[in-house]
Amino acid sequence: MASDAAVIETNGNEPSYLDYKGKHSGIKGWLLSTDHKRIGILYMIGILAFFFVGVFLGFLMRLELISPGETIVSAETYNQFFTLHGVIMIFLFIIPGIPAIFGNFFLPILIGAKDVAFPRLNLFSWYLYLTGGTLALLSIVMPGGPADTGWTFYIPYSVRTDTNVILSLSAAFILGFSSLLTGLNFITTVHRLRAPGMTWFKMPLSVWSFYATAWVQVLATPIIAITLMLVAIERLFHIGIFDPALGGDPVLYQHLFWIYSHPAVYIMIIPAMGIVSEIIPVFAHRTIFGYKFIAFSSIAIALFGSLVWAHHMFTAGMSDAGQLIFSLLTMIVAIPSAIKVFNWVATLYKGSIDLATPMLYVLAFIFLFSIGGLTGVMQGVISIDIQLHDTAFIVGHFHYVMFGGTGFAMFAAFHYWMPKMFGKMYNRKLAKIAFWFIFIGFNFLYFPMLVMGWLGMPRRYYDYLPQFHPYHLISTIGSWILIIGLIIMFYNLFKSLKSGPIVTEKNIWGGETLEWQIDSPPIHENFTEIPVIEERPYVYKDNEPPVEKEETV
Amino acid sequence: MSTNTLVHVEVNIHRDDIGARLGMWLFLFTELILFGGMFIIYSVYRFTHQEEFHLAAQELNTIIGTFNTIILLTSSLTMVVSIVAIQKQKRNLSLLFQMLTIFLALFFMVNKYFEWTAKFHHGIYPGSDTLLNENSGHILFFGLYYMMTGLHGLHVIIGVVMISFMMRFTFKGIVTYDNYVKLENTGLYWHLVDIIWIFLFPLFYLIT
Repeated sequence: MASDAAVIETNGNEPSYLDYKGKHSGIKGWLLSTDHKRIGILYMIGILAFFFVGVFLGFLMRLELISPGETIVSAETYNQFFTLHGVIMIFLFIIPGIPAIFGNFFLPILIGAKDVAFPRLNLFSWYLYLTGGTLALLSIVMPGGPADTGWTFYIPYSVRTDTNVILSLSAAFILGFSSLLTGLNFITTVHRLRAPGMTWFKMPLSVWSFYATAWVQVLATPIIAITLMLVAIERLFHIGIFDPALGGDPVLYQHLFWIYSHPAVYIMIIPAMGIVSEIIPVFAHRTIFGYKFIAFSSIAIALFGSLVWAHHMFTAGMSDAGQLIFSLLTMIVAIPSAIKVFNWVATLYKGSIDLATPMLYVLAFIFLFSIGGLTGVMQGVISIDIQLHDTAFIVGHFHYVMFGGTGFAMFAAFHYWMPKMFGKMYNRKLAKIAFWFIFIGFNFLYFPMLVMGWLGMPRRYYDYLPQFHPYHLISTIGSWILIIGLIIMFYNLFKSLKSGPIVTEKNIWGGETLEWQIDSPPIHENFTEIPVIEERPYVYKDNEPPVEKEETV
Repeated sequence: MSTNTLVHVEVNIHRDDIGARLGMWLFLFTELILFGGMFIIYSVYRFTHQEEFHLAAQELNTIIGTFNTIILLTSSLTMVVSIVAIQKQKRNLSLLFQMLTIFLALFFMVNKYFEWTAKFHHGIYPGSDTLLNENSGHILFFGLYYMMTGLHGLHVIIGVVMISFMMRFTFKGIVTYDNYVKLENTGLYWHLVDIIWIFLFPLFYLIT
């Protein structure tokens, strides 16, 4: 796409999507807009708002654990904290996260389309998201307080507790539909709206990852929807489905829950891998290594990831044969993930690496995701899992993959695409300072969890034995460093929105995908003329010197 | 002048019938998997409580069930006929068959209403003392019965609402012989409602 033939002439007179005046103006022009870019921004506002709530809850939990015994909250409140933290972070932040913000904004641009296939459905998904989020927050203020079951809503406790489980369940149910409809929209968009010449193997790798994710969203979400609905109805009408008092089988609930919720972690991580594949070639100034392997490994992860759910249940009662099969399949999922990591590293080899902020986050992603991924393989070994099940090790592993992986990739995407989305540049120096705070704080926060989990510290406890005190103390201090980093990062980003230097350059990083050939910020329907694609993405010519960018903005 | 306006309209209004159908099929997948979750639960409990499910199923009224199956299958036929009619530019005929479909759907729901109220009358409803005193297989069977036929009934009602909108669209000329993808998608949805019932019917009424 770098070829001169594909350079797109944009009309300098057309207003950007931010200034575009459609049927409605002002706030209505946003709330009723079907423009995929505006919807992406709407999602960003919602998702970040919930992220801050989730971080605050996490901060309080770490504060409670700073010393043994009751420090700031009771056991009951602590249970509600980790449930709400889980529900918010999983259903409201990390599942929609990258696809809803960056998928909405960039997927149509990356394939040379004017919008997604169903723009009105897209807006409807955002309203579903908002409704679900409101219900989750409503459970805090309603009498009874938020659910204290953990985000897994395990039976039978979830049909017995007096807290507002139904509200949390309905929130997750509605959010599931929001995510499902987004997936449906993306699949149709990729199939129907690619620009002329944009064959499957000319698609940018993030499009492949959004596409694979969308299939998981469409095929897995209905299972959690029906399962959570059944729990809600069982609570409401005492219908016998899962409650053992009525003859039901709690283990069956766990199966149905994980049939969705394991693939859901791939909904969370695959888009992040897409972002990484997008950023690495740009800042290494090298053609991506093993394009097809990266593309197909996304599909392979989606496929195998749907068949490993019972590794969450090795201690819940399962046949030996079942355990062996699920353990084996779990190991197999590690292969496509590793393929990606090797390809990224191979792309870096002999590249001329530019350590700009997005690249720093991506390199951190590779490091943290490798730790998270390898600890995941450890838990796939049945004998080790018996020891590690329900310990802080699991919490550490999960945060390494999800926060160190998806979270860092999302931060990378903010720093990478922000100049394109808003036409403003952040303070690069401050962004790097924030990165180091976040990276160091992150490891201080979560690495001790791996160690103390290995030594036997259970998860979800508000109290602990004195020998775990040093680890908890380090972890809590880490949480402060991390939060300072987050504050600096978001301060920097928000400040640049108001008073950052204006970016008029189309291609600020020297990227080779379509979004870098249109205006910053893009015009209402992205392209004045639909481009014709002739070359593969990420083609960097050897004789082409890397563009000096530090000076320009 | 007139050709110019035509071109202008084509540029601005994005129409993609294949895309619309693709989206609908994807949605139907999700519906199938939604019910699939409950079919899994059914098969597990059928396996663990074989004798009790066998006895509980005998309490259902096979005649009403059969009758409803015939009604729903016929309604799928009338739905197809309405689409064929619009393709052949017979708008009124299409409207008539859409109305017939709604009528059959409502007929189905009325039967369902009588079936459920009869059960309620005998004290068999979720959380009732009569039911809770039965063995667990019995409780699970009727729990699933109410859940699955109830959710299916909800889909019938949604279908009725959708077809009513289609009648309005057909009447106002939004659905026409050369732009009937909305009606076609509604038809697809209606067949899904039908096919789920075709599985529910033997599982609950016939295997006794």
